[in-house]
Amino acid sequence: MARIRKEEKREAPALSTSSLPDIIFMLLFFFMAVTTMKEVTFKVMVKPPEATEIQKLENKSLIRYIYVGKPTKDYQKTFGSETRIQLGDAFADVNELEDYVVRERSAMKEEDQNVMTISIKADKDTRMGVISDIKQALRRAYALKLSYSAVQRTSY
Amino acid sequence: MGKSKRKIKEINSSSMADISFLLLIFFLVTTSMNVSTGLQRRLPPPLPPDQKPQDIDIKKRNIFVVKVNSMNQLLVQGQEMSVRDLREKAKEFIKNEANDPNLPEKVTVDIPNLGNVEITKDHVISLQNDVDTQYQAYIEVQNELVGAYNELRNEFAQERFGKKYDELDPELQKAVQDVYPQKISEAEPKNYGGVKDGKN
Repeated sequence: MARIRKEEKREAPALSTSSLPDIIFMLLFFFMAVTTMKEVTFKVMVKPPEATEIQKLENKSLIRYIYVGKPTKDYQKTFGSETRIQLGDAFADVNELEDYVVRERSAMKEEDQNVMTISIKADKDTRMGVISDIKQALRRAYALKLSYSAVQRTSY
Repeated sequence: MGKSKRKIKEINSSSMADISFLLLIFFLVTTSMNVSTGLQRRLPPPLPPDQKPQDIDIKKRNIFVVKVNSMNQLLVQGQEMSVRDLREKAKEFIKNEANDPNLPEKVTVDIPNLGNVEITKDHVISLQNDVDTQYQAYIEVQNELVGAYNELRNEFAQERFGKKYDELDPELQKAVQDVYPQKISEAEPKNYGGVKDGKN
């Protein structure tokens, strides 16, 4: 008897693969959840400023972003290291901003046009001159809802 | 003998699905999707092109002037100040608890849901910055000013309703907003304390 039991043990039980789909689905869902679609490829370096009174921006479809910062290393050869503005996927000048906002707004649904928010993602070392120019352009374009992108401050 | 014939029981895997769902839910809950956060502000509407910016007559006691120069230094009501003290100073100004004649005048206003409240209706916080001010410094000042309003609203809500401002009903929130209306006006940037174009 003892001998027989020994023999039995040697045969490994087949692993059940019926749960494999579950695992795969789990992974799939996980990655679906954590993946945020990249809005654009950054051509400027942005380190957001820190603040405490920040609010979450809801409803992503109503937000348009303006990136302000120094060009990334790859672009510094062609565009220099001065602060630049990026709209969508390309570098832009302040006077193109008004057109951009108007164009983006007219592409929206009519009921959403009034609630469009512009989020300024600017590097914390940006000079206010650039930001003020942007603000003036936004005022002219009647894009008055504004959000200064910032991250939660952890320490003073 | 029974060596090869004996069937080995399969591992019961019916609970695997439960485990995987458990994990799925765990990850769903703990993963923070990168939400964009920011300070939300509203710009004033543009002036009609034919209209010159007019000087509105505001009593001196009603204005709270905050200037930020190119070195990111603060001048609040003519005094140099650290950004950390700005919030308290702004709160003192907006609230004017003791009805100080140097702080904004109080007006009794009938606010729906609250009745008659004495508020500093005409106060204005004027924020002026230099072209060379650093963005971080500007955001810090904005942050402190917004924070001052938020704290005052919270205090008021706590006093009146025993709740935080965020927990109030929308119409009560509106009423509290009326008590402490956000009035931050931003002037056109000027070249304070800079020597960029030769003048000071």
